[in-house]
Amino acid sequence: MFDIPIQALMGQLLIGLINGSFYALLSLGLAVIFGLLNIINFAHGAFYMMGAFGAYLLLSTLGLNYWWSLIIAPVVVGAIGMVLERTMLKRLYQLDHLYGLLLTFGLALIIQGLFRNQYGSSGLPYAIPSQLQGGQNLGFMFLPNYRAWVIVASLVVCLLTWFVIEHTRLGGYLRAATESPQLVQAFGINVPRMVTLTFGFGVALAALAGVMAAPIYQVSPLMGADIIIVVFAVVVIGGMGSIMGAIVTGFGLGLIEGLTKVFYPEASTTAIFIIMTIVLLVRPAGLFGAQK
Amino acid sequence: MSSAAHTSTGSAPVSASAVASTHNPARTHALVFAIMVVILVGAPLLGVYPVFMMKVMCFALFACAFNLLLGFGGLLSFGHAMFLGGAGYAAAHAAKVWGWTPELAVAFATLCTAVLGWVAGLLAIRRQGIYFSMITLALAQMVYFFAVQAPFTHGEDGIQAVPRGHLFGLIDLSNTWAMYCFVLAIFLGGFALIYRIVHSPFGQVLQAIRENEPRAISLGYDADKFKHRAFVLSAALAGLAGGTKAILFQLASLTDVHWGMSGEVVLMTLLGGMGTIFGPVVGAAVIVTMQNYLAELGSWVTVVQGVIFVVCVLVFRRGIVGELGALLKKSL
Repeated sequence: MFDIPIQALMGQLLIGLINGSFYALLSLGLAVIFGLLNIINFAHGAFYMMGAFGAYLLLSTLGLNYWWSLIIAPVVVGAIGMVLERTMLKRLYQLDHLYGLLLTFGLALIIQGLFRNQYGSSGLPYAIPSQLQGGQNLGFMFLPNYRAWVIVASLVVCLLTWFVIEHTRLGGYLRAATESPQLVQAFGINVPRMVTLTFGFGVALAALAGVMAAPIYQVSPLMGADIIIVVFAVVVIGGMGSIMGAIVTGFGLGLIEGLTKVFYPEASTTAIFIIMTIVLLVRPAGLFGAQK
Repeated sequence: MSSAAHTSTGSAPVSASAVASTHNPARTHALVFAIMVVILVGAPLLGVYPVFMMKVMCFALFACAFNLLLGFGGLLSFGHAMFLGGAGYAAAHAAKVWGWTPELAVAFATLCTAVLGWVAGLLAIRRQGIYFSMITLALAQMVYFFAVQAPFTHGEDGIQAVPRGHLFGLIDLSNTWAMYCFVLAIFLGGFALIYRIVHSPFGQVLQAIRENEPRAISLGYDADKFKHRAFVLSAALAGLAGGTKAILFQLASLTDVHWGMSGEVVLMTLLGGMGTIFGPVVGAAVIVTMQNYLAELGSWVTVVQGVIFVVCVLVFRRGIVGELGALLKKSL
């Protein structure tokens, strides 16, 4: 066990942290949407993919660089999400939650199919922005600047979201509406608009993760489908009741996945699912969920 | 959790009981069943490609097994591909490597998926509603990765050139008509079994749990036990379909364990009409036909499937057979 070189260990832990950043951003968005809309957004992976494609298209057609994409892509994809919420999801709030899952699954199929028709299944490269090329030699390992940026940026976004939801008046309204939308509406707050904006925000978080992922993984129509199932497992493990829970579980499971790659690579793809199984046996409501 | 079928139709339980007072639903079902048998026997004689019909029957049984869980138990599994594909590997391995006869291979596959369903069901019913769906999806993905890595599944290639063999060691199934009778017998047997389960006391309790779980519990039923049994039954019957499909196409591949397949069976059931007896058969027939005729469109098939999903959920929640039943005021 101790004959594994420290560079290899650190390298995999870094990859784990990177994956964990995306798990955290995506499960955070899922949790925010689920909290208010009671809908599990199956299209979340598709929106993540649209974010990455947004960055790719902004660069290749308009020549706008990474930093512009970081702002424009989430806004545009979030707006698309809001339109879908207003036109389709809105009709399902009175029905069983399963219909929301089915509808967003259909939307994911449509979005992925359209992108695959247009761009094929193979990945498209997206260069690391010039400001973040190169890296730091930390002595025990080499840390590429871009990867450090992704970890720090997603951590900041996650904590900012947590702060806004848990410690500001706006977040208070949001949490109150999660508990009792009728009561909050009676206090004169436009709950349907809040629902739309919340959905848009969750979707924008997914798109933001997509833009940040573009230089690391290749931009491909199926990139979202692969990651979303893992994120679902992350959400089952963490329980969606807690914002901080989603963040901690996301980063934690990324790290565990990285460690598995070092010590038992065969299990690295299934590690998260095995942890999910154990958590279900020991704490069925999830690590941060309210136990019955 | 209120039931999927209940909220979708709203008035359906009322109309069904109203119908029951004037008509005998069993007689209607017997009539439709007879029509279905005539179609299944007659279509290949009239020149419909037999392999296409057999494919429809395999998927129809798969969708009926899925509907047993969703339509009558109110449980949306997003991982049923693990049973279809898992059974395919089991049957193909038994038939090719161990040289078992086809009926033994299919029986073995069914047994394997019953065991897999027992384990997966035990985990999945620990959470409810949307979580149940996500857990089944994650478990199926685990099975998928296992199938990618395990040596006996041959990864991307799958298990190819599986011999169809001799039924009971006597009848050569490489004869298309012998194979057709084999698949037809399995489909009708599986369908009849599901019909029997739905209309048994067990099926009635299952539907009671779907409608109002706390109430069923207060009446003394162990809801989790019923859900678990329904899950195992659904898994085993999906396995029966998967094993048969592997013998039919002489192939077990990753396509059948992929999450796309789990989505497809949801689509078939939703389109045909969940919670109806004949809906999944119609849904499977429509989707398989569509895939056959739209095959040259490539990935547009995915887009079309997505559009059907969206349309069904937004305006067509009763599905084809459900709408037809409402029109004829009969429970189909």
